[in-house]
Amino acid sequence: MAEEVKLLKTWSSPFSLRVSWALQLKGVQYESVLEDLSDKSDLLLQYNPVYKKIPVLLHNGRPISESLIILEYVDETWKQYPLLPQDPYARAMARFWAKFGDDKVLPSIWTVFISEGKEQEAALAEASEHLQKLEEELRGKKFFGGDNVGYLDIALGWLANLNRVFEETCSFKVVDRERFPLLFAWLEEFSDAPVIKDSWPPHDKLVARFIALRHKHHAKSSST
Amino acid sequence: MAKVGEVKLIGAWPSPFVMRPRIALNLKGVEYEFLEEKFGGKSDLLLRSNPVHKKIPVLLHADRPICESLVIVQYIDKSWPSSGPSILPSDPYDRAIARFWAAYIDEKWFPSMSGIARAQGEEAKKAAIDQVAEGLSLLEDAFGKISKGKPFFGGDAIGFLDIALGCFIGWLRVTERTQGVKLLDEAKVPGLAKWAGRFCADGAVKGVMPETEKLAEFAKLIMGKFKAPPPQ
Repeated sequence: MAEEVKLLKTWSSPFSLRVSWALQLKGVQYESVLEDLSDKSDLLLQYNPVYKKIPVLLHNGRPISESLIILEYVDETWKQYPLLPQDPYARAMARFWAKFGDDKVLPSIWTVFISEGKEQEAALAEASEHLQKLEEELRGKKFFGGDNVGYLDIALGWLANLNRVFEETCSFKVVDRERFPLLFAWLEEFSDAPVIKDSWPPHDKLVARFIALRHKHHAKSSST
Repeated sequence: MAKVGEVKLIGAWPSPFVMRPRIALNLKGVEYEFLEEKFGGKSDLLLRSNPVHKKIPVLLHADRPICESLVIVQYIDKSWPSSGPSILPSDPYDRAIARFWAAYIDEKWFPSMSGIARAQGEEAKKAAIDQVAEGLSLLEDAFGKISKGKPFFGGDAIGFLDIALGCFIGWLRVTERTQGVKLLDEAKVPGLAKWAGRFCADGAVKGVMPETEKLAEFAKLIMGKFKAPPPQ
């Protein structure tokens, strides 16, 4: 039976990028369906009625939503290039840190990005605390997954992508080379890894998008 | 079979999140030492074992800590594969669906539950209750599709999604009592209403789900102290 794999995504979303990476690392053929989030397609609304968000993976017509859940599904369905470790304890750690990344690291860095002055300073302090924990996790490892890119690298990959963008748009370093040498080295290794390096969203376009987002947030906060 | 003293769980009896690994361990027939945290403080063991979040539950397996209730349940399932039924479904797609709804419960539905206690004024309370009811309606729909006529989300036996939602039944009943509303309403969510009874009667759940009376007393105690959800 011919396998049909479609990925509903946007060009810039770090969440749909996770799924692209996983599918490409496993050599799975798939069709990308680009969504316009300001005008969501019937397909998206039909296949993710609960959240109406991307990414959505369609495998032979069956939808799976939520990027980390999709990653596990992809890993369990296509066994080549395993993403999660086999050992139950290592698996638990990978899941724990991926959740930490989404629940704590990402929101704190986002707050740094959209805030200014004292608020930004406080957010940066919090983000740095979280990054320190990731720094400790990298001890003795090239990637979070060990010698190769794995689930946790993919889950945290947005950091590698956006660090440079943030530096350009708000002229601060989130992952400071002196403070977080291991994390900084990981950013470089990850960005240069096969498959990963060929799938970054266009840098200038991303910078422009983030500049616009930052303006929008500042306009909002100054009008309240 | 785990050696005596090899499996410990740091938790507290009222916490629905702590109930999850307890039910999972019971399903697997794994003996464990329950290390109960005193309300209002955090033990050194907890702070050492979960330095990132400082929250319960924490499973200690041969002294290695595992945190986050659903991560722990999956760990238990993988670590004792031949004991008892599989907690997660065997098919990858069914697993994805179970994980999706478990994440929905934790990220959307549970916050709406704790929103009821925090709501100030009648209007806000009603809005919060409506939100919880809406969520239950979605879950009722999911139950119909996933259980396919069987008694549980997991089929014939309790599974991952049963555990993820079922742990809140005690608190749902307390909320029904204190707010004077029916949430597990047989008229609105008939599937879930019956499922709740079956879940609480299951051997793996009975000793772990506190009686509504006891939970209600505890709720009164903490309501006075803060308007936050039970410790996670």
